Amino acid sequence: MKTLAQILAFSLMVVGGYSWFSNSIPQLRAEPPSEESVSLEGMTMESFVALGQTIFEGKGTCPLCHNAVGHRAPLLVEAGSDGPPVAARAPSRLADGRYHGTASKPEEYLRESMVSPSAFVVEGFGKPGTGDSVSPMPDVSAGSIKLSPVEIDAVIAYMQSAAGVDITVPLPTEAVETAESAPADEGAVKDMGALAEKYECKLCHIVPGVDMAGEAPDMGPDLNGLKRYAKGAPDKLPLREYLRLSIVEPNRHVAQGFEPDTMPPDFADRMRVSELDLAVESLARAAEGGK
Amino acid sequence: MKPRNTLFTLARRVLAVSLVALIFAVNGGVAFAAEEAAVAPAGETAIAPVGQPAPVLTEESYPLLGGGSSRVKVWIVAQLHLFFAAFVLGVPIFVLVIEGIGMATGDKRYDAMAKEFIKISMVAFSFTATLGGILLFLLAMLYPDFTVYSLKIFRPILIAYALLFFGESLCLYIYYYGWEAMSSGFGKWVHLTVGLLLNAAGMTLMVLSNSWATFMMAPSGVTPDGAFLGDVWAVMHGPLWNPINLHRFIANIAYGGSIVGAYAAYKFLTAKAPEEKAHYDWMGYTANFIAVVGLLPLPFAGYWLTKELYAYSQQMGITLMGGIFAWLFIIQALLIGAIFLGANYYLWLGLVRVPGGEAYRKAIGWMATVLLVCFLVWFTPHTIIMTSSEIKALGGAHHPVLGALGVMSAKNTAVNIMILTTFLAFLLYQRAGKIPKVGWARGGNAALAALFAAGAANIVTLGIYGYYIPANIRIGLSVPQVFTTLFVIAAASLINGVMYRGASETGPTRWGDMPARSQYALFLLAVSFTWLMGLMGYVRSGIRQHWHVYTVFRDYSPDAFTPTLGYAANVVSVTVLIFMAMVIFIFWLDNFSRKKAAHK
Repeated sequence: MKTLAQILAFSLMVVGGYSWFSNSIPQLRAEPPSEESVSLEGMTMESFVALGQTIFEGKGTCPLCHNAVGHRAPLLVEAGSDGPPVAARAPSRLADGRYHGTASKPEEYLRESMVSPSAFVVEGFGKPGTGDSVSPMPDVSAGSIKLSPVEIDAVIAYMQSAAGVDITVPLPTEAVETAESAPADEGAVKDMGALAEKYECKLCHIVPGVDMAGEAPDMGPDLNGLKRYAKGAPDKLPLREYLRLSIVEPNRHVAQGFEPDTMPPDFADRMRVSELDLAVESLARAAEGGK
Repeated sequence: MKPRNTLFTLARRVLAVSLVALIFAVNGGVAFAAEEAAVAPAGETAIAPVGQPAPVLTEESYPLLGGGSSRVKVWIVAQLHLFFAAFVLGVPIFVLVIEGIGMATGDKRYDAMAKEFIKISMVAFSFTATLGGILLFLLAMLYPDFTVYSLKIFRPILIAYALLFFGESLCLYIYYYGWEAMSSGFGKWVHLTVGLLLNAAGMTLMVLSNSWATFMMAPSGVTPDGAFLGDVWAVMHGPLWNPINLHRFIANIAYGGSIVGAYAAYKFLTAKAPEEKAHYDWMGYTANFIAVVGLLPLPFAGYWLTKELYAYSQQMGITLMGGIFAWLFIIQALLIGAIFLGANYYLWLGLVRVPGGEAYRKAIGWMATVLLVCFLVWFTPHTIIMTSSEIKALGGAHHPVLGALGVMSAKNTAVNIMILTTFLAFLLYQRAGKIPKVGWARGGNAALAALFAAGAANIVTLGIYGYYIPANIRIGLSVPQVFTTLFVIAAASLINGVMYRGASETGPTRWGDMPARSQYALFLLAVSFTWLMGLMGYVRSGIRQHWHVYTVFRDYSPDAFTPTLGYAANVVSVTVLIFMAMVIFIFWLDNFSRKKAAHK
């Protein structure tokens, strides 16, 4: 019996050690996409483009493959060795002899690329063994991504905006129910204080209108000065646009005196659309003096 | 609203699902041969579906049973079922080989050991069946819509599954109880044939049930909304089926070896007579050898599986390796590091029982250092979660030096070097206490040293080259690295085997002359293998995220979230402890029955 007890104690110790280690590393719980309707009332092209970017980087999971690091798929919203951003190179794709889709305009080509990606496969990015005739990309209107037509239009608008070409997709005119939205975490928070807590903004920033409990972190810029930072940015974007992009793409605007790669780059994945809107609106209003 | 968890409702649903299963099994068996060929992965509808789309559920569609999470209940029972199933499928494979060796060499010790191995799996076989029944019961009760949906699709193979199960049981009983009756002459051949049939039935059962799991991960043979197209072969033969089949086949051998190693260790520690200790020491050594032989090719089967997973869905692949599950592979590294170190430690200690083994003991320090360095490289994460002040101090989320060790180029290099080092430890053990008689022994040793050095240099060079090429091409470098490792193992085995043929021995191996801590190394292997299987079972299933069947049948239950690694680890730990307690009970039962027999 003594040997049995020793063996059990040893097993317990080993198992306990593995459990302890597993609990000591970063913990992340992923919620399933929640169902949420997006109100398109009062939507401007600027906010439609921003919505497209949020979907592109969040629910659409596009940068998983379309990024400059992995070279798993062509770059879409930035220029690289693959050429200019995709919306700018769309006309040349349509004229390419290898193109066998049904689109006749760049906008249609972009839409077709998302729902029927094998219509044109960029050289070197096809499924292995298919001679670049079959794309590994899924149909974004189905499967696990399942973008609605409005969401696909928003992504097209974002890609056209990023490429600096004319935005040809029309603004949606009525509220459309989307099937699913970006992953959420225990439901969206409804006020800025809870949001700053949830996403740990207060660790690095002074957040206006939020109880800082006597702390004045200086790891990131003081968000009371947002108006000044937006004005100082080279692209001179409107405040809300500047804010939205600074959250979903933190290295796009790095305020003077601060280091790039410091702010987590995954807020587009983690925040719900409504939370991003809340953050942008709340911070913009504070920066504008509470109006 | 009606209460959802009344016993009456539950009983009715279970009865309904069971009846549906029975009807489908019977009808499906008859219709099996008449199924039309129609191969279409999800999303490529070639013909009209014959089934209904997957249902869209609500939280109310999932009955409750008592308190706690339904998923955890199914998780624990399914994992326990898989632990025992892997064990009872793995053991007969090497039992057949050992019995064959015993027959070929005429050494009765092999035959006795093979019989003892199969004896251990007899009780485990009962546990496997019982747990399988409980699992089916829980699925029908807690996930009735999913169970009905699956049964409708897989009905043609259910009857085959049931028949195979009976066939396997029959073979197992004849194999074990007929061991003595068929111990010589033609009878022995019949016995080996029964063993072969036992393995064939077991393997077929495994690949059939694997198809259910791989269909859930990468569905094929259904429309994008989950409607069955009518060809069950297309459903079974999904993109991940064969990679999983191979991976589980190899893993079962390694796992079976580790569990019988634990059995031998237990018997060694409780043995009183020296000859008994010697027997179980030899058994432990053999079991460790089987476990490591199974372990060495396992990473390569894993590469294939991951490659196919990426080919099926880059999104799934990147979520696995670079998304929410990325840190799981650091835990995996810890476990595999523990397994490699444990197996090597056991081998190093084993040198004491071989007269003349001292000559190789000075190599232990070097091998330990190489293993430790490789383990640390493998263990290094790419990104590090830190506080803001730590990020500021470090200058980014990646460590400026160590961050470079977190990528696959470094990790693949490390694991290949670990495999080569472990193989070297085996080689040295085999050579210990032997003096080659061939005239070219010095040249042979030089060739072996050059082979290992060239192999290691090639693996490291390929690893470094990986830093200078894009990620999608870099992954392909793992193939030449693997082939280098396999080539070195094959060539070194050949040279060493020929060189030591007819070698003289400095003295007999002192079986039983091992310290107690060596046996705890065997327990470490068994526990770590079990825990690793639980962890990888979690990620294999978890990669579906909020889908019962990926992209076609969504999970709307309250448990549809992907839990944290800590939570998953705790469930795995509880499951492993239950399993170890059951296994130790089986070991104790064996001792108990022997005591009774001795008393009589």
